[in-house]
Amino acid sequence: MTSLIDRRMGIFLAGLFVLTVAVPVGNLAFEGKVVPSYIVSLLGKYLCYALLAVALDLVWGFCGILSLGHGAFFALGGYAMGMHLMREIGDRGVYANPNLPDFMVFLSWKELPWFWHGFDNFWFASLMVMLVPGALAFLFGWFAFRSRVTGVYLSIITQAMTYALQLAFFRNEMGFGGNNGLTDFKDVLGFPLQSDSTRAGLFVCTATALAAGLLIARAITTSKLGMILVCIRDAESRTRFMGYRVEGYKLFIFVVSAMMAGVAGALYTPQVGIINPGEFSPANSIEIVIWVALGGRGTLVGAALGAILVALAKTLFTGWFPEFWLFALGGLFILVTLFLPKGVLGLIEDTFARKKKPAPALQEAKA
Amino acid sequence: MSFLRACLLALLLPLLAAPALAQTAEFDALVTSLPEGSYGERGAVVGAIALTGDPRAEAVLTALLDGTLGVIEATGQVVTLTPAPADALTGAAVEGPAAKIRVNNGLRRDIRAALGILTLADPDPAKRLAAADAAFRAPDAAQYDLLDAAFAREENPAVKSRLAEARAVAILAGDFSDADKREAIDIIADRGDADAQRILTPFAASADLEIAQAATAALTAIQQSRMLWGYAQNIWYGLSLGSVLLLAAIGLAITFGVMGVINMAHGELVMLGAYTTYAVQEAIRQNAPGLFDWSLLIAAPLAFLVAGAVGVAIERGIVRHLYGRALETLLATWGVSLILQQSVRSIFGPNNREVGNPSWMSGSFDVGQMTVTWNRLWILLFALAVFAVLLFVMKRTAVGLQMRAVTQNRPMAASMGIRTNWVDALTFGLGAGIAGLAGVALSQIDNVSPNLGQSYIVDSFMVVVFGGAGNIWGTLAGAFSLGIVNKFLEPYAGAVLAKIIVLVAIILFIQKRPRGLFAVKGRAVEG
Repeated sequence: MTSLIDRRMGIFLAGLFVLTVAVPVGNLAFEGKVVPSYIVSLLGKYLCYALLAVALDLVWGFCGILSLGHGAFFALGGYAMGMHLMREIGDRGVYANPNLPDFMVFLSWKELPWFWHGFDNFWFASLMVMLVPGALAFLFGWFAFRSRVTGVYLSIITQAMTYALQLAFFRNEMGFGGNNGLTDFKDVLGFPLQSDSTRAGLFVCTATALAAGLLIARAITTSKLGMILVCIRDAESRTRFMGYRVEGYKLFIFVVSAMMAGVAGALYTPQVGIINPGEFSPANSIEIVIWVALGGRGTLVGAALGAILVALAKTLFTGWFPEFWLFALGGLFILVTLFLPKGVLGLIEDTFARKKKPAPALQEAKA
Repeated sequence: MSFLRACLLALLLPLLAAPALAQTAEFDALVTSLPEGSYGERGAVVGAIALTGDPRAEAVLTALLDGTLGVIEATGQVVTLTPAPADALTGAAVEGPAAKIRVNNGLRRDIRAALGILTLADPDPAKRLAAADAAFRAPDAAQYDLLDAAFAREENPAVKSRLAEARAVAILAGDFSDADKREAIDIIADRGDADAQRILTPFAASADLEIAQAATAALTAIQQSRMLWGYAQNIWYGLSLGSVLLLAAIGLAITFGVMGVINMAHGELVMLGAYTTYAVQEAIRQNAPGLFDWSLLIAAPLAFLVAGAVGVAIERGIVRHLYGRALETLLATWGVSLILQQSVRSIFGPNNREVGNPSWMSGSFDVGQMTVTWNRLWILLFALAVFAVLLFVMKRTAVGLQMRAVTQNRPMAASMGIRTNWVDALTFGLGAGIAGLAGVALSQIDNVSPNLGQSYIVDSFMVVVFGGAGNIWGTLAGAFSLGIVNKFLEPYAGAVLAKIIVLVAIILFIQKRPRGLFAVKGRAVEG
């Protein structure tokens, strides 16, 4: 039985813990702000991406389901949290309407739509953050896996799903702020979003969520259930013939992954300050795949690392030479698929393993 | 005086078809009588002036409308005041104090109507048709005589039937017998469009029972005919959208369906085709403007070659190493698509590029009550031609035979001496080249921008998945059925919602037929 925390997970979690302590302390404890406030939010955003990447790795790396629509679950979680934050604004909006968010007043709506009810409660919103993506994943997966849509076809219809949602959320009539999405948030649970301590708090929450997500994913993948998932990935029909109900396993992991993505989205919204239909765009969802591929598919920790690396590269590149970001990202896609089938993490571990290997071989020879 | 004028009019009206000399005299007499009488009487004179068909009528009436027609009180000579006073009939310069001829709103309306009618005597049939249309849209019983006279005179059948309709409208508006009115209703009902419906609607509630019945029956008939034409228009729009989808998807059907390769850069190959068209047009504009109408014909083979060459490069450079790993090809070609997009953005700039329509692709014509634009028609024909050629290549040529052989059984094909590597590159190049051709067509109806490909890629995949990978007939059926369904949903659901409904429907459809409408076994489609 593999242990829950292996070496690479241990190193990553330790690093994450150091970051979780160092960043808020660096931001808050010193007068000169060793860590500037915007860096705190930026790192928080990276960690949200990391959690999203872990969620995708769970389905793609361990069950072979290449979802090109995980951005949709992420965005739905983000919207659920955004709705709560909109309700928290109360009458402090531009139109000072205590019942309706600004964009509804602007569209001269008279009443809060039914699906906005309940979002003034934090606990309800937190529940929806997981339930809504989970329900969509369940519905979608139930249809798709039952009729054995696999491989490329599944990828394409997940892409169609997120595309359809994007089109829908762009509509003003949907009641989610249309093109502009939800923004102008003021505070969360009474803490002002602009203050440094709230940012630091959100950062710690995100880091904790990432650690929890990694551990949950690790727990699932090291269990017997995880073994079956890998069996499905490697030989689906054989697993089915052995008597396992493949659809059930796939559905389970898909829903868990979608919920995880929803949580990532919910943490993303307050730190970035906006959620809009752009998050549903197919291109975003495909980018998540490259995080996982770059970091190392099926390694969890690698996926998280890949997300952080690519997001960091994007920040740096778009700052230094905005023209070349797409060249760099495109090149990354090609190089990783051609030359790094196991991702960066695989490359590092292979290099280490090669250095160590000769030793046991020598011993064998002596014996 | 007014008795005299009335006699004059009574004498002159029957002279409408009289010889030119009499016409000139009549015109002169009418113009001279313009300053006199009440506004109502002068309105009648204005109508009579229009009907003389005299070439000077338009200038005189326009001047009257503009308030630049005057009269020299001493002589009664009618003059135009701008730029310098001149005789309205001869154009000779005149001296002396001139008073403006006054017009009121009622008279202005008469003048405008008369100006509209004036063109009923124009030598150009298109202008006469427009005048008849104008008279049809603004029913006025007072125009009946004018329209009737013009109808009697008219020889062009299209204009004549339009005049009959306009006359019928005037009959309905005026004080005519029931029999005349019923006949008029029939004439208008035959027209069967929205205008006819608008005109007849008030008569359905007429106090006269027979007229009300006739109008109601006519309205029902119009509604049916409009519904049918509405369907026809929707089908046409659907075919038009379908032809665009077909062009965008058919190259994909080869690379995805036949080879089992997901080419996410397909949209960018389409974009390359569109930019090739742009570049060709720019070159022609600068060096040989006379060739502009030929620009698309020149651009098409070039676009095929450019996109095809890039396609072969992608296959040789990347896809070749990833056969059997469909998901990895997806990622790698997505990378290629990002690079192509950024390259085009760096070279041509991020803004939309202007690609002109050649003369034979602009404009439109009417079929019954539907409008067909030439560019959409040509694109439909082009899409069908590309499809036919592709079908021919696949089924009737040696290359096509080899492609199918490699698709069905690679080791067997290889042992028969087919160079499978070469066939792979060629197949991919063919799919890419067709994407380039799609770009040429799309440049005529869409913005040519670096994002061009992105907007078609999801739709193209839907078409291929719906139609069934590996079967280009499936792609044809898929493209047109999706296009038509989309256009029929649009009036009820709006464009965006229609698209969403179609996407959801396809997702559900794949449940029932995971391999699409026409499923054919292909290599490595399993993934």
